[in-house]
Amino acid sequence: MKKWLAVVLACQATSALAGITQFELGNGMHVIVQEDHRSPVVVSQLWYRVGSIDEENGTTGISHMLEHMMFKGTKDVPDGEFSRLIAAAGGRENAMTNQDYTVYFEQLQKDRLALAFRLEADRMQHLDLAEEGFRKENQVVMEERRMRTEDQPQALVYENLMATTFEANPYRRPVIGWMDDIRHLTLDEVRQWYQRWYTPDNVTLVVAGDVSPDDVRKLANQYFGAIPAHPLPVRKEQTEPEQTGIKRIVVKAPAKVPYLLMAWHAPYLHQNANDWQPWALKVLSGVLDSGAGSRFGRVLVREQQVASEVGAEYDLLGRGPGLFVVDGTPSAGKTVTDLETAIRAQIADVAKNGIREDELARVKAQVIANNVYQRDSVFYQAMLLGQFATVGLPATEVDRVVDHVSAVTAAQVQEVARRYLVDDQLTVATLDPQPWNNHHDAPPVDMHQLR
Amino acid sequence: MNMQKIGLALGLMWSSAVFAATPFTHWQLPGGTEVWLAETHQLPMLDISVSFPAGSAFDPADKPGLASLTQRMLDQGAGGMTDVQIADRLADGGAQLGMELDADRASVTLRTLSRPEQEQSALAVMSAVLAHPAFDASVLQREKARLEEALKEEDAEPQMMAAFAFQSAVFAGHPYAHRTSGDVGDVEKLDAGALRQFWQTHYTQDHAVIAMVGDVTREQANAIATRLVSGLPATAPGVSVAIPPVPSLTAPELRQISFPSKQSQILIGQPGVKRGDPDYYALYVGNYVLGGGGFDSRLMKDVREKQGLAYSVYSYFMPMQQAGAFQIGLQTRTQETATALQAVRSILRDFVQNGVTAAELTQAKDSIIGGFPLRIDSNRKQLEYLSMIAYYHLPADYLEQFPRQVAKVTAQQIRQAFRRHLDPDHMVTVVVGDAPALK
Repeated sequence: MKKWLAVVLACQATSALAGITQFELGNGMHVIVQEDHRSPVVVSQLWYRVGSIDEENGTTGISHMLEHMMFKGTKDVPDGEFSRLIAAAGGRENAMTNQDYTVYFEQLQKDRLALAFRLEADRMQHLDLAEEGFRKENQVVMEERRMRTEDQPQALVYENLMATTFEANPYRRPVIGWMDDIRHLTLDEVRQWYQRWYTPDNVTLVVAGDVSPDDVRKLANQYFGAIPAHPLPVRKEQTEPEQTGIKRIVVKAPAKVPYLLMAWHAPYLHQNANDWQPWALKVLSGVLDSGAGSRFGRVLVREQQVASEVGAEYDLLGRGPGLFVVDGTPSAGKTVTDLETAIRAQIADVAKNGIREDELARVKAQVIANNVYQRDSVFYQAMLLGQFATVGLPATEVDRVVDHVSAVTAAQVQEVARRYLVDDQLTVATLDPQPWNNHHDAPPVDMHQLR
Repeated sequence: MNMQKIGLALGLMWSSAVFAATPFTHWQLPGGTEVWLAETHQLPMLDISVSFPAGSAFDPADKPGLASLTQRMLDQGAGGMTDVQIADRLADGGAQLGMELDADRASVTLRTLSRPEQEQSALAVMSAVLAHPAFDASVLQREKARLEEALKEEDAEPQMMAAFAFQSAVFAGHPYAHRTSGDVGDVEKLDAGALRQFWQTHYTQDHAVIAMVGDVTREQANAIATRLVSGLPATAPGVSVAIPPVPSLTAPELRQISFPSKQSQILIGQPGVKRGDPDYYALYVGNYVLGGGGFDSRLMKDVREKQGLAYSVYSYFMPMQQAGAFQIGLQTRTQETATALQAVRSILRDFVQNGVTAAELTQAKDSIIGGFPLRIDSNRKQLEYLSMIAYYHLPADYLEQFPRQVAKVTAQQIRQAFRRHLDPDHMVTVVVGDAPALK
């Protein structure tokens, strides 16, 4: 254990080099600045606290649709200009929507941050939503759904699992929306969504890179400071009713290899960073799946050879109810049932017999090292800060991840396995691969018939 | 006015780029290994890559997939350690070992903390993996079975089906033509003897190229490099790692594969350009306008923004040892397949015919030159550049030259370069999906 202590101390010394500064603008907009002077670049990320968790049936995918429309222009910066101006400055821009947030970002040379702020402040207030651009973009989003979900069997399994494991909470709906909901979205609905959620007090601005907090403060006040805030709708608690028995679903799709996805309800870290359970679940996911020597890799892939691939994932952070997820592909000659049985036996073993100290130490060592490695990416540092802020945790907790993980005991890992990874809390989804026929033996069709 | 704007952008970029790029040095070890180092002590970590001419282009004609499987097996038992012991020893120090493979190159990468205890332990594993792989027969049997499942999974993914069909049509008869990892039937035929032989032939001291970025001095780097390659064989006399030139296509080809998907995957292309080609910068800047510059590109503006036919549409040149692919890619709903195909073909034809406008050229240069610091703003990105420069024997001042060469490109050079390298009449077109037969 002495070895790990030395590393922890070293990491804390490193983190002191790059400080976090936070402040709030008069309108309630929260700003986090992470200094990193290694390269003359800066990333700006604008985190709106709105995602699919805020959506309603019939208009699913509206947060994501709005994200696309945010690039469609304002009176001062017409359609296409946002991207053109950032590119002309040598920058990159894009945006992401998920269950919990919508984030817009720009990466630029450090002296060009004002451009990003000017453009973001403009479209926060003056988005010009026109019917024609909306119809085209709506088609683009439907193409995106076909690409990401409908033609991806494993993504379909995930979508079906979410819709099954959650019955009340909006996490049950896909971020991109159901196809029919996307198709029927109207410009008015998108406009109302924009007016409802896009207000500066629903925003965290994260700036990371070769900047000074004073300069960022000045620029943020200049561009965002005068934007009026308006009241946000009340966000009602939507507690998921307790699951009281195992759920099973089967998804059929053209494929050659089966796939297994299992999810247990398990709490995420919300608001209280000192809640030990999510940290213990995070360590548990590492004990099960962090390379060939972890339990899944060693026992399921190598000793029993029941899995071709198998992994565990626990996201730690989220505004809504959490999941502990395991997925895998059975090896040739084995079935998804064989694999499921073997996975459950591994989890039962942790719940019954606990984990060894060397397993615990190994997971901690990887977390400690990753905490150093992630500092190589300014963008990733900013992402972490934004994610913590979005779920209501102080940004300073990002620097305490190693402390929280180091405090986890083997007994705590056993306890969360026993408490949460139980059959009554489990949903199992499997892909049943379907064969397909080639139909191109038919005579060629004239191109014109396609139209 | 335009000239002034370019000059200004270049000036700004230039001062930044000097700050951004960590200065690097390079030297050769007595056994012939090239070592390239960027020394930077800002983070207590070290990134290393060791590359060999051991990509899939070196697969014997009757053993597709040999290079890939050889590399996959390196860390599955080596130097007296089992696969699990290797993984545990790396994890104990928080180190990450990685494998990358394309048609030219096989690279083994390591990311480790630079504290002596962790670093030494990780380096011991890496040198065992490089120089003493076990190629144990029973482990190989297991890994082959796992690989075959992964390949079967890809065989039902329209995107992968399109990529493999494209590769085999564009490079027909050339070592770049086959799937990097081989097909399911190919993998089954590979045995431990063949793997060992491939390793012995291709993972040699004199062909090894090492790149290092991070918290290490020149002296330490030299010791590390020496240690990593000291157990490697020398290249046997008569072994050549030359790759034959890629023949040009002499006729158009349409390959349509039927699959019950919602979208058609469309790929269009030809052999493109090789590393170090004098036309590279003109093609690179031109391709920004055609399909490389995201929302600045003609393909995106037309196919996505104007017509709403695709979420993603792009083009790129992938320079390799020999001419790598030029590729245009998109996916569209089944019923629009012919429309999208026609749109892309007409944009390409017009582009090769007429090239770029002055405004497009300025925008492309501003974006590429102004964005240069973002390409080298992390140790990992610098490692990739360093490794590429070293492996392909590009000029040592490649990173300094890059923005300068981009700034010099003219519209005429772009037009000439595209006409020299691409022929819209002889393109390969691959369509995977549910659309009726195309012409």
